[in-house]
Amino acid sequence: MTAEAIIQSLASGLLMGLLYGLIAVGLALIFGLMDVVNFAHGEFLMIAMYATFFLFAFFAIDPLLAAPLVAAALFVFGAVVYLLIVRFAVRAKANAGMVQIFSTFGLAIVMRGLAQFFFTPDYRSVTHSWLGGKTISVAGIYLPEPQLVGALVSIAAFVALYFFINRTDFGRALEATREDAGAVALVGIDKNRVFALGWGLGAALVGLAGAIMASFFYIYPDVGASFALIAYVTVALGGFGSVFGAFAGGIIVGLVEATTALILPPSLKSVGIYAVYLLVVFIRPRGLFGSM
Amino acid sequence: MDTTFAQRRRRDLIVAFCLAVVAALVPLFVKDVYVQNIMVLTLMYAALSQSWNILSGYCGQISLGHALYFGLGAYATALLFTKFGVLPWFGMLAGGVISAVIAMVLGYPFFRLRGHYFVIATIVIAEIGLLLIQNWDWAGAALGITIPMRGDSWLKFQFARSKLPYFYFALALACVAWFVTWWLEDSKWGYWWRAVKDNPDAAESLGVVVFNSKMGAAAVSAFLVAVGGGFYAQFVSYIDPESVMGFQFSLLMALPAVVGGIGTLWGPMLGAVILIPLTELTRSFIGGSGRGVDLIVYGSLIVAISLARPQGLVGLFASRKEAAR
Repeated sequence: MTAEAIIQSLASGLLMGLLYGLIAVGLALIFGLMDVVNFAHGEFLMIAMYATFFLFAFFAIDPLLAAPLVAAALFVFGAVVYLLIVRFAVRAKANAGMVQIFSTFGLAIVMRGLAQFFFTPDYRSVTHSWLGGKTISVAGIYLPEPQLVGALVSIAAFVALYFFINRTDFGRALEATREDAGAVALVGIDKNRVFALGWGLGAALVGLAGAIMASFFYIYPDVGASFALIAYVTVALGGFGSVFGAFAGGIIVGLVEATTALILPPSLKSVGIYAVYLLVVFIRPRGLFGSM
Repeated sequence: MDTTFAQRRRRDLIVAFCLAVVAALVPLFVKDVYVQNIMVLTLMYAALSQSWNILSGYCGQISLGHALYFGLGAYATALLFTKFGVLPWFGMLAGGVISAVIAMVLGYPFFRLRGHYFVIATIVIAEIGLLLIQNWDWAGAALGITIPMRGDSWLKFQFARSKLPYFYFALALACVAWFVTWWLEDSKWGYWWRAVKDNPDAAESLGVVVFNSKMGAAAVSAFLVAVGGGFYAQFVSYIDPESVMGFQFSLLMALPAVVGGIGTLWGPMLGAVILIPLTELTRSFIGGSGRGVDLIVYGSLIVAISLARPQGLVGLFASRKEAAR
């Protein structure tokens, strides 16, 4: 194995890791806000990918242009899911933890069923896009353009999120609500509205990720499952609820995956990620950046 | 506990015995193979869910990785039989013991984790198991193992035509899982588990050995689920990694308990009796073309029940006095 091959695969791993971070950050945001893990997160990604595909197939809209539209659509979807399901799930008096897990799992199953029903289980792909299939060569390392642009979008999204949380009124309301949902009511912040917008924002972020992924991944009803598990691991590695922990977690997961693929057969590449997750939580039961 | 509790327990036992007798008589009147097949699956899931309920319901350690133990049981039984000619009866027992040991080995680091960190760790470890078996050539890798038919025999626990032997085994397994739960409910362990579930720190301070009680629950739960896995391998006579260790099994094991009532004696049974026939029927009548209608019905039911009756359906059958307990 040459040094170039190692650098090449680490570079690809880094790009993929930045995307993993973008996929996972919505999950981390929602968890930080209200201690709820959305077990339908992978299915949010799946519908974002389908939305991108259909915009491409019916209106010939390139995935890059579709990304903001898909993110906006997912924002609405996320807020609706909160208002129709999660709002009631967090009120449960008995078995609170179970209710959260299984109400969102039930939603995931329904979404997969609906996707099979309306879109059939066939594999779809965006056959040609501006970036699809192109690579760029930097100092002898070949980087696929869709992944490269995806990584840049991810970095941009994290920077925007940083300013959003720290500089805007809504961002401050979000921070205040995550610290003490009871007390914010006293200063006139509607907790439900903040939660709904938080779910919208979380879903919009995974929508953005889905639009980018659609240009280089097959799209099918179960596509969310494998990415969802990676997203949970990413979020848990970073420490649940830590938005920037998700960024670091994503990069670690991407690099570990690439390294594992160098050592073990490609079909075992996820084992490395899972093993690192277990190792990290055994040493730090609250993840790398978790503080709770 | 007071006499009403003792009375309730005695009544539960009598009801269970009557139900088991009635269930045992059903196949004498229902000869349809398709219906018998559904009954076998219902009883199997009742047993699995009851076992899952011991760790996740009573002890409160939500596992979404029990497919690992189910798969280990199935693989231990199938591999021991096809490679070494060990009878499935011993195979199931071996699978159970291996799973219980693995559950305790894993429990050592896992039970330090709390909440979502624990849940995700259970999903992840089952996924590692799945990937390893998929890449293990000796065990058939992704293709799986076909258990050769050597003619109907109780000794080899395989029957080409009749479903009845499988039905009675599944019934026995469900009864054992129920009885173990019933027995543990009023044991020292049962009280410990409920204390650990409600408040581990308070339980610890009152002298409950939290760690050991979690380990006990994990071992019992894993053993029973693995025996169920061994049974399943014999029942379908062909296993592959995804079909016995896939994540969907972890979910399918948990859902009857969720629907019926988590941490209750009757919840998993009730949930299985409702969910499994419903799934099988929707699958064959509407979803036959693989169009996902079964998933839509199933998922909607889970959402509706977990929102509308978080304590499960079992409370609907209890008297008001007991529901207030």
